[in-house]
Amino acid sequence: MDDPYKTLGVASDASQDAIRKAYRKLAKQHHPDLNPGSPKAEELFKQIAAANALLSDPEKRAQYDRGEIDAAGQERAQRPSYREHADGTAGDRYSRGAGGQGSWDAGDLGDIFGSMFGGGRRPGGAFRTDGSDERYVLTTDFLEAVNGATRRLTLPDGRVLDVKIPPGATEGLVMRLRGQGGPGRNGGKVGDALIEIHVAPHPFFERRGQDITVTLPISLSEAVLGGPIEVKTPRGPVKMQIPPGSDSGTELRLRGRGVPQSPGHAAGDLYATLRVMIGKPDDALSDFVRDWKPHDVVNPRGKMESVA
Amino acid sequence: MMSFDLLVRDVDGLEDADLARWIANSWVKPERADGRYVFEEIDIARVHLIYELRQELDVNEAALPVVLLLLDQLYDVRRHLLEIGVAIAETEPAGLHRVLQVIAERRSGR
Repeated sequence: MDDPYKTLGVASDASQDAIRKAYRKLAKQHHPDLNPGSPKAEELFKQIAAANALLSDPEKRAQYDRGEIDAAGQERAQRPSYREHADGTAGDRYSRGAGGQGSWDAGDLGDIFGSMFGGGRRPGGAFRTDGSDERYVLTTDFLEAVNGATRRLTLPDGRVLDVKIPPGATEGLVMRLRGQGGPGRNGGKVGDALIEIHVAPHPFFERRGQDITVTLPISLSEAVLGGPIEVKTPRGPVKMQIPPGSDSGTELRLRGRGVPQSPGHAAGDLYATLRVMIGKPDDALSDFVRDWKPHDVVNPRGKMESVA
Repeated sequence: MMSFDLLVRDVDGLEDADLARWIANSWVKPERADGRYVFEEIDIARVHLIYELRQELDVNEAALPVVLLLLDQLYDVRRHLLEIGVAIAETEPAGLHRVLQVIAERRSGR
């Protein structure tokens, strides 16, 4: 595509207001519904609309100015064209002739034929076609997918859909929104919107079927002495008791704190794997351990040696 | 086909009151079924068009009836022309020749 600034006829440092004004002026001239049957106006309008879509969004405009995106790929999907319907028999609904169809006076033929007649296009009433299904990908964050959420999705043609993500949604789940896809023509059915859910990873939760795992860092004293600690779960923090003498790698289960129940799936559990954090070198701790005489001396690698 | 509520949601920024007023003014003429509005494809496209005229092309509601009147007349003519186009496509070459002759005579006789 050409330079969008040139398309709108504005300087590259034009204000947002100037861009809007320039777009309006050109759109009034070349809007395809106001210029039916003019492919040139239609093509021009597409370029104008695409240039406006790019430059009217300060963020996209800045990206374009920095050369991060090019002008192509900014074209908005065609919204339903009034012309397509108005040219067909459906257009009779808005006819201004006193008798609708019957107001046609054959005597006018000469004028029209002489000045206007180009190649005849078939009237739109002929074919009934169903609208196509349109696919979109919606990226949700991990917790929205686990707990369910309503997300607002703006389609390329400017329509806004509220998508209900069910609790326990998994990666690749496809949701069908009936009647939100491509428009049907001449009475054909409107297509569906198919929304594919993509779940972004979470910094510390991971999903294993209906269960959720998390690595839970604990301090040395919590590991040795045990005690209550607070654990983050997908539905908020929960108090949990750590048994005294818990090693790194100990797996604790919080029943029912995984993915919530959904049709066909029982609620999952949360598995917290403890990880003891010794922390920075600490003189007092070092002194204590140096002088420390354990009751039972255990070789932590004993099992490994017996295998070798 | 679409309901009133769905259509309002479909057009970003459109308010219930706008659409209700446009219907009251007969700028949009949805069918009614069971006391509810049913918008066909052409009605939906027309609402989009009116919204675009209002928002993007800055046509105010005082001027809108004139714009719609002219547009509707334009599309009336286009529908007639397209019908004639189909008729001509099915006309024998001799008959077509005769029609063009009449047009030429009328034009030169003016």
